[in-house]
Amino acid sequence: MSERHPLFVPLIFVGGLIFGFGLGFSQMARPEVVLNFLQFEDFGLLFVMFGAALVTGVGFAVLPRVRDRAPLTGDVYERRLKSFDRNVLVGGAVFGVGWGLSGICPGAAYASLGVGNVTILWALAGMFLGAYLQGYWRSRATDADPATSSAD
Amino acid sequence: MTDPVVLQTTADLFPNGIARYAVGGLLVGLGALVIYVGTGIPAGASTFLESTLSYVSDQSRFRQYVASRDWRVAFTAGIVLGGLAFAATVQSGVVTTGLYEPGTTGQLYEVAGVTLWSTDVQPWRLLVGGVLVGIGTRVGKGCTSGHGVCGVGSASKTSLVGVVTFLLVAVVTAQVVAALGVSP
Repeated sequence: MSERHPLFVPLIFVGGLIFGFGLGFSQMARPEVVLNFLQFEDFGLLFVMFGAALVTGVGFAVLPRVRDRAPLTGDVYERRLKSFDRNVLVGGAVFGVGWGLSGICPGAAYASLGVGNVTILWALAGMFLGAYLQGYWRSRATDADPATSSAD
Repeated sequence: MTDPVVLQTTADLFPNGIARYAVGGLLVGLGALVIYVGTGIPAGASTFLESTLSYVSDQSRFRQYVASRDWRVAFTAGIVLGGLAFAATVQSGVVTTGLYEPGTTGQLYEVAGVTLWSTDVQPWRLLVGGVLVGIGTRVGKGCTSGHGVCGVGSASKTSLVGVVTFLLVAVVTAQVVAALGVSP
């Protein structure tokens, strides 16, 4: 990691800029809009998720066929595949309760702060607290029994 | 040949049109794709929570993210400033486009000529919901961007199951909360 390409971090920053601008433009950065979607009052949000997945889907499928490795890291292009276990369902359900209650998810919360939503700091504080709590519990479980450790 | 019934139904389903959602979604996907093209990394937004905690906590769970924590800060800073760039341009009316539907949610306010926006959703909902989002996304191996954008874009079965799970639970939760009279 010490021999990173000088454009590595700048490129990630630019990607974040486009990502955040898109979340602002789509208004997914507004909890009200997400709640209106979940309450079946405005289905437009489907176009954000599927529109974004369409772009990444085409890119992820085409890129490995035209290039072997990413220019800034030398890493092989791979898809985002995670192993399936009970945690995906349990975590997904807990995430769903939180998302349905607050109308905000991590990426949208960062963008929400950018569009001026200072109130969203409550949600960001909550997310850090929640991430810390699970990390604390799981660190203890892993330290107590290394056999059950599993890196996500 | 435009059927008025179809038009009416469409207006009911999409009271704010679809343009702003579709354009925004394409940009979100483009942002993730730019990072992927350059680095091969299918990025998600929620790992930042744990990787940033590794700056202040020695819990073994967070140590695995030490190597990636600096660029994850850059990614999140980009997302925040991307939101601000949107506020300073389209939200402020400096750039106008027929693809953007302003909507009526929340409160607009001005600082130094920039039109900013703030939510009306109650702080306790944001805080409690945030805690559950923070736990759930890390236990469930991804959030709306990791599973929803990069995972679904990878046709990952794990991510598809994750997305269906949190979407269904979120719909039920939001409907129950609304039925209990909690608003906004």
